[in-house]
Order: sequence, then structure tokens, then C-alpha cells
Amino acid sequence: MTPLGGYLLVAALLFAIGLAGALTRRNAILVLIGIELMLNAANLNLIAFWRFSPHPEALTGMMFAIFSIAVAAAEAAVGLGLVISIYRHARTTDLDKMNRMKG
Amino acid sequence: MLWLIPALPIVAAGIAALLKQPRRKTAASLAIGSMLGSLFVSLVAFVYVVAGSAHGGVVRETYNFTWIQTGAAQVDLGWVLDPLSAVMMLMVSFVGLLIFIYSLGYMAEDENFTRFFCFLSLFAGAMLGVVISNSLLLLFMCWELVGLTSYLLIGFWYQKPSAAAAAKKAFLTTRVGDVFFLLGIVWLFSQTGTLLFYNGGAGSMEPLNLLWLAANPSGWGLTAAGAIGLLIFAGAAGKSGQLPLHVWLPDAMEGPTPVSALIHAATMVAAGVYLIAHVYPLMHAGMPAGGTTIALQVVTWVGASTAVFAALIAVAQNDIKRILAYSTVSQLGYMMAGLGMGGVAVGMFHLITHAFFKALLFMGAGSVIHGCHEEQDIRRMGGLKSDMPTTFLTYAIGMLALCGFPLFFSGFWSKDGILEAATHWDISKGPFYMLAFGALLTAFYMTRQVSYVFFGNWRGHGHAHESPAVMTRPLAVLAFFAIALGAIGTPAWPWFRGFIEGRAVEVDWAGFAEPGLMTLMLVSSTIVLLGLGLGVWIYGSKTVKADAPDALEKAIPPVWTVLQNKFYVDELYDATVIAFYAWWAKVADWLDRRVWGGAVAGVIWLFGGGAQLSRLTDVYWVNGGFDKGCEELTNSGGLLSRVQSGKVQTYLRLLALAVVVLAAILIWSSRG
Repeated sequence: MTPLGGYLLVAALLFAIGLAGALTRRNAILVLIGIELMLNAANLNLIAFWRFSPHPEALTGMMFAIFSIAVAAAEAAVGLGLVISIYRHARTTDLDKMNRMKG
Repeated sequence: MLWLIPALPIVAAGIAALLKQPRRKTAASLAIGSMLGSLFVSLVAFVYVVAGSAHGGVVRETYNFTWIQTGAAQVDLGWVLDPLSAVMMLMVSFVGLLIFIYSLGYMAEDENFTRFFCFLSLFAGAMLGVVISNSLLLLFMCWELVGLTSYLLIGFWYQKPSAAAAAKKAFLTTRVGDVFFLLGIVWLFSQTGTLLFYNGGAGSMEPLNLLWLAANPSGWGLTAAGAIGLLIFAGAAGKSGQLPLHVWLPDAMEGPTPVSALIHAATMVAAGVYLIAHVYPLMHAGMPAGGTTIALQVVTWVGASTAVFAALIAVAQNDIKRILAYSTVSQLGYMMAGLGMGGVAVGMFHLITHAFFKALLFMGAGSVIHGCHEEQDIRRMGGLKSDMPTTFLTYAIGMLALCGFPLFFSGFWSKDGILEAATHWDISKGPFYMLAFGALLTAFYMTRQVSYVFFGNWRGHGHAHESPAVMTRPLAVLAFFAIALGAIGTPAWPWFRGFIEGRAVEVDWAGFAEPGLMTLMLVSSTIVLLGLGLGVWIYGSKTVKADAPDALEKAIPPVWTVLQNKFYVDELYDATVIAFYAWWAKVADWLDRRVWGGAVAGVIWLFGGGAQLSRLTDVYWVNGGFDKGCEELTNSGGLLSRVQSGKVQTYLRLLALAVVVLAAILIWSSRG
């Protein structure tokens, strides 16, 4: 069996990539993708910790992960909806251009 | 009760002052009524004193009260009723009443009638205050009040610049005398602790204090008594127009004639003589037997010099009132000399008789001026004896009394009293000769005046008319007294002298037999007749043209010019005292404007500078600092706000960074 650390490392890497993407991409949809990646990394972490926990047969970890996926999906839908409405208004998805809240 | 005498006129003056202008009847009746009241009380007091002295001894009643009390020292005021004050107050109120009645006629056409009577009453009240005062301080206060009312009355027609100037001159000149008077008063108070004349033995005129003063030397060979006496005499010299301070009296003729009659003939100028009579015990203190004190000598010489000096000037004057004014100055000199040589009774007798005939003369002059339609130059009058008979008769009586025409007229007896004292004066016979010469001159100039005014041809314009009865009746009354008063001063019945000195006297014809008395009477009669004769010879009943030079002027022009210009005394004063004063005033003005003004300007500059400094600090430092600070804040805010790029990703980046830092901290803190 691969040690826990391995799974965690992968999850951390995934999280970092997702974070990098969310923080540096100009396109709004790519930011959303990044967020999705972060969420999935969190899910991986959940599953890894479930598998290596003292009671791996209890379905708590899996339930947790499935809820998380569902929430991620809902949130992605909402996010996409926001992006579409912004696009309708600003005719672009370039986040650099969305600085109306600039102080 | 005595206080009523001055109080009545002063109250009348006060009420009159509050009246609106054209309330003639009220003002006049107030004034005359109050004088009547004062006269009545004076008569009662006089009778009381006469009755008292009939038993021998001097009647002297005083009423003193404390005015100010400071610790141990106290200042008392009070009034005194003794023969001197009784006779003086009777004279003042009587002559005053007559002049008030005369003024009804004289000032009838003047629009400031009410104001005139108000001032007259105030004057009368103040003068009576001087007379009854028992305290030198009260006397001085009333003295100053008299000076003030004199100023007001001389400058009564204030729109005339000459009148205003004359009033100012009178006030300032008497003020010079008053400064010395005040010094004398203060010194007396410091030496004796009291300013009362008589205070049951403790007064300043009473033997106790006099001995102390006379024994006290004060420098220059004078005793304290002598020095104080001289200082007080300086005040009297100012008020009574003695030699250096006489310059204001002739100019005072700018006032209305009743004023000249009352103030500058009968009463105010007599106040100086009265003062010296009152403080005579002081001036007389420490007199060595058979000699006299320095103070009295000074009084005599000043008096005699004034008598001659003024008589000389009177010869060359052309204004009817000025002649009389100089005559007054001269007669005051006589009075002072009489006081100095012969004592209180001699000087006072001449004062009383002089008051009557001088008031008569002035009022007669006023009647003449009125009749000649306000003409005052004698060269433009003439021949009035037919046009104004009553005035002529009374004026002639007054003139003869003034000259001292033998036997019938009071002036003869009073002047003779003075000349007699002069012959008995052992220090020097100088005053006698001066006074005799003065008598000659008096007869001369009066004859000149009378011949110019009443005899000869009429040189005026228009037609002269006699004055109304309200003016001529007082003249008649005064003329009567000018004659009758002689009776109480003859050597046969020296009632006046006895009254003042507290002795009872009887009619004694043997009094005429005193050695040297008949010779003296003869000598003085000769002098008078000589003067009259000279006057008639030079001036007589000649017809003269109005502009022609005077007969004497043609004879001795340089002397005449000097006399007419009053010995240039006024010019001398102008060049010295007034010039010095003007210079001093300039210095004071320079001091005020440059030095003090400069100091004030400096302070202002300092404050202004301070204010400017404060303003600059405020604008640049405070405001600037504040503004800069706010600017920096804004800038930093601006800077900080750049963090808010509005871009979500920037915010997230920061957030992520913060989380990492936090995690690092947590891990390292739990590990360490």
C-alpha cells in the first residue's frame, strides 16, 4: 500500500496547482476550474484520511466526500451563472478588466 | 443761623440754573429775594454784635464742626460772627442788593437775563461764604468759587473774543496767587494742626498757636508766622490786584457794568483785603515793640507801590470803566497799605467806604454808558450834566468821596485814617509820600474823567438820555451812604475802630485835638484841592473835539504813551511768562507726542509684530502642518487604496499568503 503521505502529497500538489490557477488566470472560467481542482484536492485528502483511519469500513469518509462533490457542483453552477451574467454586462471574461470595486 | 446768609443766594442760584432761559421774573425775584433775606439776617447779626460790644470786649461767636477725620488729624469747618465779619457781611449784602436791583434795569434788554442773575446769586453766596467763614479751608473753597463766578461773569458775553480772553486772564492770574495761598494754608495746617481761626482758644488765630508760630523760624529771617502770612498775602495780592498780579482787573471791565460794580469794586477784590484783615493776628505775631513784622512791611510797600502805579496809569486812560478799574487797583493798594501800617480798623474802614462810592461810580458809569447807547470812550461823551442830572449828581458825590474831598465825604475820613497811620509809621516815610502823591493823582484823573464826561460839548452820536428809575434809585441810596458813612470814622467819634477792636466809644470832640491831626487834615485837603484844581485848569469845561489828543498828551507825549500803555506790563508778561509757558507747552506736546506717543507706538508695534508672528505661525506652521499631515494621510490612503485593485484575484492572492503565514506560525510555534 502506498503510505498516507503519498496521497497527501498528491492532494497538496493538486491543491497548489488549483490555487495557482485560481489566483493567476485571467479568464474567469479558468479560475472556476482552479477552484474545482482545489475542491477535488480536498476530497482526495478526505478519502485518504478515511482509508487510513482506524475504522475504514464505516462510510463516514465516503459520505463526506460525496457531499463535498455535490456542493462543489452546485457552487460551480452558481459560479458559472455569475460569470455568464457578468459576461452579459461586460462582454468579456477577463478578470483583469473587472475592477469596478477599485478603491 | 449764620449759614443762611450765604446759603440763600446759593440756593437761589441753583434754582435759577435749572430754569429755562426766558424766565426773567422768576430768576430776578429769586436773586433779589435771597439777597433781601441775607441782608435781613446780616442786619440781625450786626445788631447782635453791636449790642454785645456795647458792654465792652470783642463779641466772637463761632460754630465749628468736623468735616473730615483721619486718625488723629481732623479738618474742621465753621463760621464766625465777630465785628469784622458782621460789618463785612452787612456791606456785601446791602451793596449786593442795590446792584441786583440796578441790574434789573441794566440787563433788561439782554437775552441771557436769567443766566446773569443765576451767576450773580452764586457769586453773592460765595462771597458771603468767604465773609462768614471761620476756617481757612472753607474760606479757600468759597474763594475759589468766587473766582469761578468772576470768570463766568467777566466772560458773560462769551461770544466776544476779548471778553473770553479777559475772563481767562482773570482766572489764571488769580490762580497764580491762589497757589501760594494754598501753600500757606497747608503749611499752617502742618504747623498748628488746625485751620480754624477761632476755636475757643485752640484756633490758629488765637494766642496759643500764634506764639508757637511766631517763635518758629523758617528761613530767610522769617518766622513761620511771617512766611505763612506772606504766602497768604500772595493769594490776596492776586485776588485784590496788587502790583505784579494786577493785570487782570482792567481787562475784567469786559464784563457787564453791574458785574464790574459788584465784583471788581465792592466785594471780590475786597476779599483779598478782608482775608488779610482776618489773618492779621498771624501777620502781626511776634511784632517787636515799636516796630513791625516783615510780613506787614511787605504788605505796606506793595500796597503803596500799587496805589501810585495804578493812579499813574489811570491818568492816561480813555475808557470810562478802565479809569475806574485802575482807580480800584489804586484804592486797594491804599487799603493794603492801611492794613500794613494802621491795622485792621484802618484798612477795613477804607474798604467799606470804598465799596459804597466805587459801586456808586461804576453804576453811574453804567448809567452813562446806557444813556450814551453803549459808548464807553470818554472822548465821545461830554456835556452830560444837563442830559443826565441824577446820574451827574450821584456821580459827582461818588467822585468827591473817592478823591477824599474834605469833611463831608466818607472817603476823606477813611483815607485820612490811612495817611495818619502812614505818618506814624516809624520804618520809613516812603509810603506816606507815595500815598499822598497817589491822592493827588486820584483827584486829578477823576476831575479829568468828570470834565470829559459831564462837562464840555457833546461829542457822541445820537442823543443821550437819563436812565430809568430802577437804575437811578440805587445810585441815590449809595450816594447817601457815601456821605453818611464818614460819620462813623471821624476822630471825634471813632465808632468803627472801636467796634472792630471791641471798645465802646463816645463822641469826643477833643479827638480832633490830637497832635498832628489837624496838620494832617489840612495837608490832605490841600493835596485834594490841588489835584482838583490842576484837573480843572488843564481840562476844565473846554470844548474838545472827539479825536483831538489829550491836553496832557500834547504836553508830555513820551510819558503819556508809557502811561497809556499801562507801563507795558502786559507786554512784559507776554514776552516772559506767556512765552515761557508757550515754550513749555510745546515741550510738553513734544514729550507727549514723541516720547509717550512713541512708547505707545512701540508697544503697538510690538503687539502688532506679535500678532503677525502669531498669524504666520498659524498659517504656515499650524495650518500648513495640518494640511501637510492631511495630505500625507490622503496620499497614504491613496497608496493603500491601490491595494484595492478591484480585482478578485489580487484579494485571493493576499488571502492565500496570509493563510500560509498563519500556518507557518502555527506549525513552528507548536513545534518549538
